[in-house]
Amino acid sequence: MKKTYKIDVDCANCANKMEDAAKKTEGVKDATVNFMTLKMIVEFADGHDPKTVMQAVRKNCKKVEDDCEIFL
Amino acid sequence: MNKKQKKMLIRIIIAALLLIGLNFIPVSGILKFILYLIPYLIIGYDILLKALKGIKNRQVFDENFLMAIATVGAIALALYEQSGDYIEAIAVMLFYQIGELFQSYAVGKSRRNISDLMDIRPDYANIEHDGKLEKVDPDEVAIGTMIIVQPGEKVPIDGIVTEGASTLNTSALTGESLPREVKSGDEIISGCINMTGVLKIQTTKEFGESTVSKILDLVENASSRKSKSEDFISKFARIYTPAVCFAALALAILPPIVRMLFMGIPAAWGTWIYRALTFLVISCPCALVISIPLSFFAGIGGASKSGVLVKGSNYLETLSQTKIVVFDKTGTLTQGVFEVDGIHHNQIEGAKLLEYAALAESASSHPISKSLQKAHGREIDRSRVSDIREISGNGITACVDGHQIAAGNDKLMEHLGISYISCHSAGTIIHMAIDGKYAGHIVISDIVKPNSKAAIEALKKSGIKKTVMLTGDIAKAADHVASQLHIDTVYSQLLPADKVAKVEELLNTKSGNDKLAFVGDGINDAPVLRRADIGIAMGAMGSDAAIEAADVVLMDDDPMQISKAIKISKKCLRIVYENIVFAIGIKLICLFLGAIGIANMWLAIFADVGVMIIAVLNAIRALFVKKL
Repeated sequence: MKKTYKIDVDCANCANKMEDAAKKTEGVKDATVNFMTLKMIVEFADGHDPKTVMQAVRKNCKKVEDDCEIFL
Repeated sequence: MNKKQKKMLIRIIIAALLLIGLNFIPVSGILKFILYLIPYLIIGYDILLKALKGIKNRQVFDENFLMAIATVGAIALALYEQSGDYIEAIAVMLFYQIGELFQSYAVGKSRRNISDLMDIRPDYANIEHDGKLEKVDPDEVAIGTMIIVQPGEKVPIDGIVTEGASTLNTSALTGESLPREVKSGDEIISGCINMTGVLKIQTTKEFGESTVSKILDLVENASSRKSKSEDFISKFARIYTPAVCFAALALAILPPIVRMLFMGIPAAWGTWIYRALTFLVISCPCALVISIPLSFFAGIGGASKSGVLVKGSNYLETLSQTKIVVFDKTGTLTQGVFEVDGIHHNQIEGAKLLEYAALAESASSHPISKSLQKAHGREIDRSRVSDIREISGNGITACVDGHQIAAGNDKLMEHLGISYISCHSAGTIIHMAIDGKYAGHIVISDIVKPNSKAAIEALKKSGIKKTVMLTGDIAKAADHVASQLHIDTVYSQLLPADKVAKVEELLNTKSGNDKLAFVGDGINDAPVLRRADIGIAMGAMGSDAAIEAADVVLMDDDPMQISKAIKISKKCLRIVYENIVFAIGIKLICLFLGAIGIANMWLAIFADVGVMIIAVLNAIRALFVKKL
C-alpha cells in the first residue's frame, strides 16, 4: 500500500536524509521524498499499520532533521 | 516571502549592520570579543542549536555541524592568536545564512511558478437545481449528471455536450492556443476553458477519473521518479561531506606533526587549523543537492506548459538520450481518418461520380463510406437509392436515379465482368461502374498530417540517428508515406503482436547508451509503448489508456511536439550536467586552494554560496522552453 504525505523541510539535502530515515524505519518497504513538491510517498510493508509506522517515520525523520515536519 | 524567511532577512540585516558598526568602535581584548559575539549569536544561534541537537541525535556531518565547527573554530583561533579578527567567522555565518535564504526563496518561488503553470484544477461544478445554478464540489458529481459550464469557466469533468455550442480554449492542456469548437453531441474534456457560449454537459466520468485529475496527478508525482543524475548526486553528497571532514581533520593534524617531527621546523598549528576550517566551509554539498532536482522539476514544469507531460525525471533523462524513434503510422504520422485523395480515369464529371458513390454507399457505416459521404459534402437523399446489395469484402451495388451503380474493389469488377484500370496510387481504390460500364475510380487514403514531414526533419536535426515506421497497413501505402516523409525504415503489414517483436528486435540491435522511443496514439499499441525504452503517446486528450501506458504524453496530436519534447529534455539535461560539473569543479578547486593556503575562509564561503546561487539560477532556466 502506498500513501502520500505532505511534508515541510527547508533544504534539499535534509529531504534526502529524511528519505533515508524513512526507508530505514520498520514497516516501510520504500519511501520517496520529493523536495520540490514537498511530498513523501511511503510504501508500507504487508501487515503493518500505516498510522503506527508513520509515527515511527516521523520520529526518525525528526532525529535526522530537527526542523522537518510530516503532516499525518 | 513567508514568515520564516522574513524573520531570517531581519536577522541578516541586523547582524550585517552591527558588524559594520562594530568596525568603527575602537575596542580591544575581551570587550571586543563580547561585542562581536552579539552579531555572531544573532545570525548563527539556530545553526549552533541545530548542530548540538545533531550531535545529540548522532547526526554529525550535516551542514549545521560543519558551519558551527568552522565558525567556532575561527573565533577560538582569533582568541588564541589574539588577532582579534572575529569578522571572518561572523561573515562566514552571515553569508551562509544569506545563501540559505536565497535558496529557500528561489525554491519557493519556482514551486509556485510551476504550480501556477498547472493551474487547471477546477474548483467547482455547476448543477441546475430548481432553475438555479448551484456550485458543488466536482468530487461529488455522479456519472451522468447534467452540469452547466458558463463562459469563462473551466470544464470540471469529462462528458458529452447535450446543449449549446461554444469555443474552447485548450491551451492549459495542450500549450496550443488555437481555439476548438464544440457543439451538441461532441465529447468534451475537463481542463478546457469555455470561452463563448453556455454549455450543458452530461458527465461520463467521475472527477477522479477525468482528464484533468489524471494530468494533475501525473505532473504532481512526476519528480518523485528520480533520475540517475539525482541518484548520483544523493550518493555523492553522502560520501562527499564525511570525506571532506576527515580530510579537514587530517589537514589540521598531519602537516604540523610532520613539520615538527621530520622537518624540525615549528608546527604552525594555527595556520593548519585555519586551513582545515576553510575546508569545512567548502564541504557543504548544498549547491548540488538543490540544483539537480530543481532543474528536473523546472524542466518537467516547462514541458507541461507546452503540452508535453513527462511522468518522471528518469524519463526526461532517457528522452534526452534517444537516438532511434519508432513511429506508428495511423493516427501518429497520418490523421487516421480516410479522405478522398483523387478521382482518376473518370468518364463522367468527378463530382457526379462521387455523388453516385456516396449515394450507393449511403447505407454503410464503414469508414470508407463515411469518407465518401464527407467528400460529397451534401445531404443525401436516400429515396434516390434502391436495391442496395452489399457484397461482403468486395463492395456495393445499388440502383441510383435508375442507373445501376457498382462501387467496390478489383474483385467486385472481376465478379461483375467489367474491365477496370488499376491504379498506381497508394491507398484504397474504389472502382465505379455505371450501368455495367467502367466509369473510373476514386482513391481514398489516410492523409499525412501537415506537420509530419517537418517533424521528421526536426528530429533528424536534433540528433536522432534513425527513424522507423511500423504499420499494419499494406506495403504500398506504407512505402508511399515513408518516402514522402523521408523515414529511414518501414515495416508494414504487422499485427499488433508483430510490432512488439519488431521493437524488441530494434532494441537488441541498437548500440550502447542509445535509447529507443516509440510514438503511438495510445490506441491498441499500449504493449509497444511499455516495451520501448520510452513510450510517447500522442493526442492523449481523453485517452486514458495512453496516459496510463506511456512515459511521455503529448497532449496535442501534432508530431512537431515529439522533437519539442526531445529538445526540452536535452536542454534540461544539459543544465543538469552543467550544474554537476560546475559545482563539483569549483568545490574541488577551492578545496585544493584551501589546502595549500591560497583560499581563505572568505573565498570559501563565496565559493559555497556563490556556486549555489548560480546553480539555482541556472536550474530555473530549464523552465523556459517556449522557444525550443
